[in-house]
Amino acid sequence: MKSAVIVFPASNCDRDAQTALLQLTGIEPHMVWHGDTDVPDVDLIVLPGGFSYGDYLRCGAMAAQSHIMRDVKRKADQGVAVLGICNGFQILTEAHLLPGALMRNADLKFVCQPVDLVVEESQSAFTRNYAKGDRVRFPVAHGEGNYFADEETLERLEGEGRVIFRYAPGENPNGSVRDIAGILSDKRNVLGMMPHPERACDPLLGSTTGRALFQSLIDTLS
Amino acid sequence: MTAITPQIVREHGLSDSEYARIEQLLNREPNLVELGVFSVMWSEHCSYKSTRAHLRRLPTKGPQVIQGPGENAGVVDIGDGDAVVFKMESHNHPSFIEPYQGAATGVGGIMRDVFTMGARPVAMMNALRFGAPEHAKTRHLVSGVVAGIGGYGNCMGVPTVGGEVNFHPAYNGNILVNAMCVGLARTDKIFLSAAKGAGNPVVYVGSKTGRDGIHGATMASAEFSEDSEEKRPTVQVGDPFTEKLLLEACLELMATDAIVAIQDMGAAGLTSSSAEMASKGGSGIELDLDRVPQRETGMTAYEMMLSESQERMLMVLKPGREAEAERIFKKWELDFAIIGVTTETGRLIVKHKGAVVADLPAHALSEEAPVYERPFVRREALPAAQPKFDATRPVMDSLLKLLASPDLCSRRWVWEQYDYSVMADTVQAPGGDAAVVRVHGTKKALAVTTDVTPRYCKADPFEGAKQAVAEAWRNLTAVGATPLAVTDNLNFGNPERADTMGEIVGAIDGIGEACRALSFPVVSGNCSLYNETNGEPILPTPAIGGVGLIKDVNRMASIAFKREGDAILLIGETNGHLGQSLYLREIEGREEGPAPSVDLAAEKNNGDFVRGLIEQGRLDTVHDISDGGLLVALMEMAMAGSVGVSLAPPELGRDPFNETAIPFLFGEDQGRYLFAVPRTEARAIADQAKAAGVPASLIGHTEGDNVSVFGIGSVPVAKLRAAHEGWFPRFMASGELPPTN
Repeated sequence: MKSAVIVFPASNCDRDAQTALLQLTGIEPHMVWHGDTDVPDVDLIVLPGGFSYGDYLRCGAMAAQSHIMRDVKRKADQGVAVLGICNGFQILTEAHLLPGALMRNADLKFVCQPVDLVVEESQSAFTRNYAKGDRVRFPVAHGEGNYFADEETLERLEGEGRVIFRYAPGENPNGSVRDIAGILSDKRNVLGMMPHPERACDPLLGSTTGRALFQSLIDTLS
Repeated sequence: MTAITPQIVREHGLSDSEYARIEQLLNREPNLVELGVFSVMWSEHCSYKSTRAHLRRLPTKGPQVIQGPGENAGVVDIGDGDAVVFKMESHNHPSFIEPYQGAATGVGGIMRDVFTMGARPVAMMNALRFGAPEHAKTRHLVSGVVAGIGGYGNCMGVPTVGGEVNFHPAYNGNILVNAMCVGLARTDKIFLSAAKGAGNPVVYVGSKTGRDGIHGATMASAEFSEDSEEKRPTVQVGDPFTEKLLLEACLELMATDAIVAIQDMGAAGLTSSSAEMASKGGSGIELDLDRVPQRETGMTAYEMMLSESQERMLMVLKPGREAEAERIFKKWELDFAIIGVTTETGRLIVKHKGAVVADLPAHALSEEAPVYERPFVRREALPAAQPKFDATRPVMDSLLKLLASPDLCSRRWVWEQYDYSVMADTVQAPGGDAAVVRVHGTKKALAVTTDVTPRYCKADPFEGAKQAVAEAWRNLTAVGATPLAVTDNLNFGNPERADTMGEIVGAIDGIGEACRALSFPVVSGNCSLYNETNGEPILPTPAIGGVGLIKDVNRMASIAFKREGDAILLIGETNGHLGQSLYLREIEGREEGPAPSVDLAAEKNNGDFVRGLIEQGRLDTVHDISDGGLLVALMEMAMAGSVGVSLAPPELGRDPFNETAIPFLFGEDQGRYLFAVPRTEARAIADQAKAAGVPASLIGHTEGDNVSVFGIGSVPVAKLRAAHEGWFPRFMASGELPPTN
C-alpha cells in the first residue's frame, strides 16, 4: 500500500503517522507539503493531527483552503482512501469532505487520555479487520473534538452505517453528539476520527489496537 | 537627546555604583539606549550578579558532559552519536501577572533554548508552585498557567510528560512556573552561540519585533508590590504556531553547514543575543535597526533593543550562505533579514536611521556585570527531636485525608490538559516516578523528572537542596534509568537580605554536595531571585530537573502493581522521621521540625542495587518513597495497578501501636524504595540486598481489592482512588477546599 501524509504548517503528528505507516506497510510514505499542488499516486492519503496554521481561526479552516486540498478533494472524489486524524478530521469537515463540525470540548479544556471506543461498523476499508462491537483503545488529544451535526445528518449517518467509531459508554471525552468518534463519507472512502490510531500501534505505548485499522487498509488497498 | 538623571538611572534598576562603573567603562556618560542595554544585561536575571560567585562551586563536569552551563542549554552524551540537550527556566513574574501568556511564553522560551542548540525537543516538564488553595487568586492562576502550558506545548507537538504542582501560602503573591525542555541532537551537530570571525552576516529570523515585553528582564529582577498588575504590558504574548515553524526551519537549516552561531532572543531580546554572541566569539557586532522586521511603526532604537517579542532568533552565517538560508525561512513563511555583520572591534554598535545610537564593549556588557558577594546568614539547624503527634488518630482515616490533600492528590486534572502522547514515544506517561520517552527509532529511552521539597529547604536549605537532588536521582533510578545530569532552577526571595542570601548559599552547597556524591553534574540552570511580594519571600525552591538514560526500554520499571501475590520489599532504612512531613502538616496541622537528612552514600548504594535488578530484567515494579511516606507510596502503587495490598511489616510487631505505626507508615526518611516481585524471587533478592549492604525487609504482598495493614485496618482501593482523584477537579470547579482540622 502506497501512502502520503500531508504536512501543513504546524501539523505535528505527521511524523507519528509516517512512523506507523512505515512500520506497518514497510513502504516509506510520501510527505507532501501543503503548498504543493499534487498528491502523488497513492492508495491512502493521511491528514495528520496538529494545529495547522496555528488553528487561530476555527480548527482546520485555513488548511481546508490550502493548495494541496484541491487535489486531496479530487482524489477523494475518485475513490482514493483518505484518513483524517484529529486535526485531519477537523480539516475534512471544513473542506466538506465529511458532514458536521467539531466544536470546543464540552468542558472547554484540552483533553489527553486513552479512551475506549466501540467499532460500530466492520464494513469498510478501514475496519474490516475488526469485528462489529470490538472495543479498541486509542489516545485522544484535542481541544476541539466535540462532534456536532443536525438531526437529519445524524440520522443519515446512522442509517447508512457511517458512524464507524463511537466512544464506549462513559468514555466520551468531549461531549460529542451520540458519542460519535469517527465517521465515513457517503462513498465510504474518507474516514475522519478524533482519536489517534497511529499512537496505538506499539505495545510500549500501551495499546496495539490501532494496528488493525492500518492492516485493514493494507489488506483492502494493496 | 535625553539627559541621564539619577531618577532615570534608578528607574532602570541600576545602583549608583553600577552607574559609576558604566561611566568608567565607557569613559563617558551613556545615552538612553546604552543605559537601557546596560540595565537589562546587568540585571540580576541576565547577569546572575548575586549568585555567580557561588554557582562556581557546583560540579559541572563528567565524562558524559559535552556542554556544561554557559550556553543556551546543557548537552550530555547518550551514546551512538546521540546527545540529550536540556534546561529548566523560570517564568515566575510574568505568570503571576498574566498566567496564560506568562506560562505559554515560558514554555516557548525554554524550547528555543533547546532547539537553538540543534536539538529537537522531545519532552517538556513543569515545576509549578501556587499559593494556598483558599487564596482568592489561586484557582485563576492554576487554570491560566495550566492552559498556557498546554496551549503552547500542545501546538508545538512536544509531549508535556510531567512535573510538579504544589500549594503553599508562601507563594500567594508570587507563584513559580519553571519549565524544562529536553531535546535530542547528534553529537556532531551541536550549535553554539559564539559569533566567531569578522565579516559574517548577522541574520534575524522568526517573528517581527514589537513593543511587547520591554524591560521584562528588569521586572524579573525586582520585588513585587500591590501595583504589579500595572506591569502587565511587560508580559510577552506567545505565538506557538510561529515557534513551530521556527523550530522546523532552524532544524532544516542546521542540517546544512551554513551556521556559524545561533542564539535565541529571550530575555532582553536583541540586546542580550547580540552582546552574548559577540562576547563569546571574541568579536564585535554591528547592527542596523532599520533592517529589523518590525510589527509596529515608529519604534525607537531603545524599544527595539529592549523588546522581548517572542519567537525570534539571531544567527551568524558563513558568508555566501545567505540565499540558501533565506530560501528555507521563506518556505516556512518566516521573516528573514540580514541586520548586521560581525567585526573585529569587540564592540556592539547599533545604528538607527543613519546614526550610531549605541557603541558599547560587548564583553563588558555580557561578562563584566558586577559580581556581588552579598552578606549572608546561614540558617541554624533545627534540633533533631521527633515532633509530637497524637497517637490515637486512626491510621486509615489519616491515610484517606492525606491522599485527598492538595499536595498529594492526583494531578490528573492538570496533565490531561497536556498532550503527553504526541510524538508516539512516551512510554511512561505522567503519574509515575519519572516520565520516560523513547529515543525515536532506538530501544534507548530518556527518563525525566523535576523535584524539590520546599518545606524541607525552608527548614534547612542545605539538607533540603541535597534532598531535591537525591530525589531526582532516586526517581530516575526507580524507572531503571542511569542518572546523567541535572539542570537547576533556583527560585528564592531578595538576595539583598542576609537570611535569603543564606538560603541561596546553603542550597547551592547542598546541590553541590549531592551532585558530587551521586556523579550527577549540573549542566544548565537558571536563577530566579526577588520572588517576594510586599516583603514576604517564597519558600526557598531550588527545583532540580534530572535526566537519565535507559539502555533498553524493554527493561524498565513503573509504579503500578502488576500481579497479585507479589512480595513487597522495602529498601532503605526507616527511622520514622516526621519532621516537616506531610503527615505532620496535613494531619497535625503543623509545619515544624528538621528536614530529613540524606545519607548520600546509602542513597547511592540503595539506588544502584535497585537499578541493577531492573537492568537485569528481574524487577518491573518500583516506587520511591517521598512525600507522605511509606503507606502513601504503597497506595500510589495499588491505585495505579488496581491491585490491593496486605501489609504486615515485621517492624510493627504482632501488636502494633500507633506510637510506632504512625512514624513507620508516614515518616519521610530518605533513600527508600518499595518494590514488588514474584514471591519466588523475594528471598534471593533480600539475600542479595543484605550482601550489598542494602537494608531490605519483606513487609507484605499484593492481593485482592483492599489495602489492609495488619492490626490497623483495611480500606478498598476504589475508595482510596475516589479520594485521591476527587479533590483537584472539585477544587477547580467550585473552589472546594480540603477539610480543616
